[in-house]
Amino acid sequence: MTGIPVEHLLIFSALMFFIGMYGFLTRKNLVTMLIGIELMLNAVNINLVVIDRFVYPKQTDGLFFAMFVIAVAAAEAAVAIAIFINLYRNIRSVDVEKVNEMKY
Amino acid sequence: MSSAGTYLFYFFAALVLASSIAAVTSRRILRAAVYLLFALAGTAAFYFMVDYFFLAAVQLLVYAGGIVVLIIFSILLTSDIHEKMEKPAPLKVVASLALVLTSFGLIAFVISNFDFMPSGDAPTKLSMREVGKTLLSYSEGGYVLPFEVISIVLLAALAGAIVIAKRNPPAT
Repeated sequence: MTGIPVEHLLIFSALMFFIGMYGFLTRKNLVTMLIGIELMLNAVNINLVVIDRFVYPKQTDGLFFAMFVIAVAAAEAAVAIAIFINLYRNIRSVDVEKVNEMKY
Repeated sequence: MSSAGTYLFYFFAALVLASSIAAVTSRRILRAAVYLLFALAGTAAFYFMVDYFFLAAVQLLVYAGGIVVLIIFSILLTSDIHEKMEKPAPLKVVASLALVLTSFGLIAFVISNFDFMPSGDAPTKLSMREVGKTLLSYSEGGYVLPFEVISIVLLAALAGAIVIAKRNPPAT
């Protein structure tokens, strides 16, 4: 593990982040957009751990930051899915283009 | 250790990236969720490789075990899983790809030009006991305040999710 340059690891996590962003931008179903967001949060976690482990191996803050990000992601997913289910009950769809009915 | 571990990292990185791409492009919605599971489990393998066993366990339990199951439930409740999703509009794909590739190019440029100076210390071995003690320690470097804040966030999210998903009484 020690032979890998930090740049490769950071580019790996950046790629994952932008793949998630691509999914968030192109999808129309709310659940698949949530999948894109989860990929982005996961890439951020990898980034924190990489900087922690490969640049400042003595500190361990990356572990705790990543754990708090995971907890926030879990809370966010639970609330988002509750909203989707309520939305589906009201307008029979989880398509973003039909959600503008919520405005009125 | 170094060469085998290096190859293992590149193998898992390729696996994670391939399943991430499949997760955002697959037109069958349930498959997208399963590809997300592979991406998250591959990330847990990466945490195992850097000796963060507790984080890897949390990743597997909360992400792979919790969030993916929640997503699959919501897919089963809200979508027809036999139906293929329609393709995104070509203009949207081109615009998103342009935005994403430009941003990635910028980030990759910054990363490759920045001079990282690894401190060269020996990596700390963090036992489960120390993780727990640091989380609840209120001395310097302790995380008791974020820990308590996150527990309030989780409680609020729990209550909020129940209130939102509860069947509303018909408006009179």
